[in-house]
Amino acid sequence: MQLTEKHFEPVSVDNLQAEEIKRPSLSFWQDAWRRLKKNKVAMVSLIFLVLLIIGAVALPWFSQYNYFSTDLTGKNVPPSGDHLFGTDDLGRDMFVRIWYGARISLEVGFAAAFVDLIIGVLWGGIAGYYGGKVDEVMMRIADILFAIPYLLVVILLLVVFSPGVGTIILALTITGWIGMARIVRGQMMLLKQQEFVLAAKSLGADSARIIFKHLIPNALGPIIVTLSLTVPSAIFAESFLSFLGLGVSAPVASWGTMASEGLPAMRYYPWRLIFPAVFISTTILALNLLGDGIQDAVDPRLRK
Amino acid sequence: MLRYLGKRVIFMIISLFLIVTATFFLMHSIPGGPFTSERTLPPEIEQALLEKYNLHLPLHEQYVNYLKGVVTWELGPSFTEKSSTVNDMISRGFPVSAHLGFQALLVAIFGGISLGVIAALYHNKWQDYSAMMLAVLGLSVPSFILASFYQYIFSIELGWFPIAKWDTWRHTVLPTLALSASPLAFIARLTRANMIEIMGQDYIKTAKSKGLSTPVITVKHAIRNALLPVITYLGPLTASILTGAFVVEKIFGVPGLGREFVMSIQNRDYTVIMGTTIFYAMILVVMILIVDIVYTLIDPRIKLGGSRKE
Repeated sequence: MQLTEKHFEPVSVDNLQAEEIKRPSLSFWQDAWRRLKKNKVAMVSLIFLVLLIIGAVALPWFSQYNYFSTDLTGKNVPPSGDHLFGTDDLGRDMFVRIWYGARISLEVGFAAAFVDLIIGVLWGGIAGYYGGKVDEVMMRIADILFAIPYLLVVILLLVVFSPGVGTIILALTITGWIGMARIVRGQMMLLKQQEFVLAAKSLGADSARIIFKHLIPNALGPIIVTLSLTVPSAIFAESFLSFLGLGVSAPVASWGTMASEGLPAMRYYPWRLIFPAVFISTTILALNLLGDGIQDAVDPRLRK
Repeated sequence: MLRYLGKRVIFMIISLFLIVTATFFLMHSIPGGPFTSERTLPPEIEQALLEKYNLHLPLHEQYVNYLKGVVTWELGPSFTEKSSTVNDMISRGFPVSAHLGFQALLVAIFGGISLGVIAALYHNKWQDYSAMMLAVLGLSVPSFILASFYQYIFSIELGWFPIAKWDTWRHTVLPTLALSASPLAFIARLTRANMIEIMGQDYIKTAKSKGLSTPVITVKHAIRNALLPVITYLGPLTASILTGAFVVEKIFGVPGLGREFVMSIQNRDYTVIMGTTIFYAMILVVMILIVDIVYTLIDPRIKLGGSRKE
């Protein structure tokens, strides 16, 4: 095809139009939130988790039963209008116990993640920022702790100390923070070489200000992704430990304890296993799916 | 290479030493001794018992004795099962656990890689979505729940497999499946992510433009490289299978070391808890070292002893 002059026409350059901002500018977090909102699976998980939290806080108040009163005339009652999830072998209402268990599981999950976050960010931030000898020593300590099998340490601590939510959280965080520390350190090493840090330094900012005002906010993406995967793994570990009989002590029961108590009765009173099992699995599933969604939203480069 | 190896072995020994020390002092910080029971023993008998097990010595001497015991691999007697020592328990239970663990390892690796490769080849099609849904389910359902449901469905309802015990090949099926589920899911996700990344690389394009068929490209070019990160996961994988075995062996009544460990926790049999903890820790630490060495041998792009830049 022959191109002649009449195929072309001049484009008028309207300076005002070119400068016009067509869409509102979004901050990084608004953008991530926008992407997350588009992810149906993640949103369903988020709604489920919000409902679960509300239920765990509110539902035990509205029930006529409580988690510890036994009723030996109403043992192993199947689910009905009276007892929505049936009763256990001591006649305790499973519905209230499940929601109480939700409190424990969520408490352990979020508290463990929070402690991991604080220690991990401080440790990794300091090691990554200062580098050199400090980094070498701090990360060696982390390496040695990390080589100790996680679950063995947790089990050992729970055998020694009196069982309870606090002990479980302590045991889960004693080596749990290392993953976070490594992520933060890696981010620090990358970020500290960038110009804005140099600029801050030359303006006279001290180390603490650079770490907490400049570096950590820029590393928030990976931190949040790691955090979102810590919560389900802590809940997972708590249910595992309760199942082994190392969890909270009776009459308080977490989902793992209830599943472990329900297991021998599986054949005749299946609801005693099914309800805790379904709650553990769907909660961890929702947390994992939400975590995947957050990862995609925060780090679009990883989108496949 | 040798320098790096030496360094790693030294750190391994430090880790193990810390584990032994921590385990020892934690166990000895518990109030009450192994002979504290409802029945108060006459003081002479208690003294004789303590002397028999060298528990009358001051704590630091007991500690040195214990360290010697660990080095010579004499982990002491069990206090609840009077006739056996911790060594007996390990040599009795570990072969069973190793058998179960090895089967689960194979299922997890082959199942996980196949699932991941299928998902990557049918990227964003229904095969991909269902494989990944399966994988996220496998990661989310704890093994003890999975094990109970397998028992309920395949043993009680369908009667295909025996409900418990460890006897024939058929007895091993359900525990193996329960144990391998979550590592399988993890490997599937890892393989899929790597495969997708690699399928976009230039050398795959070259292979395609040379006219190679998809199966040849997948098997000869893509999978080999996609598997490298899976190898790094083998250390944590061993850990997950060893610890997962605690509950799976308990549920299926498998007479392995995991069940022994759980029972020792429930009976507060401290020497057994200490001994098995140390044994597990050794296996894991050695496994992680082996995996690291194998990884560097397989992937020529990685240099040993380099700086720890990430």
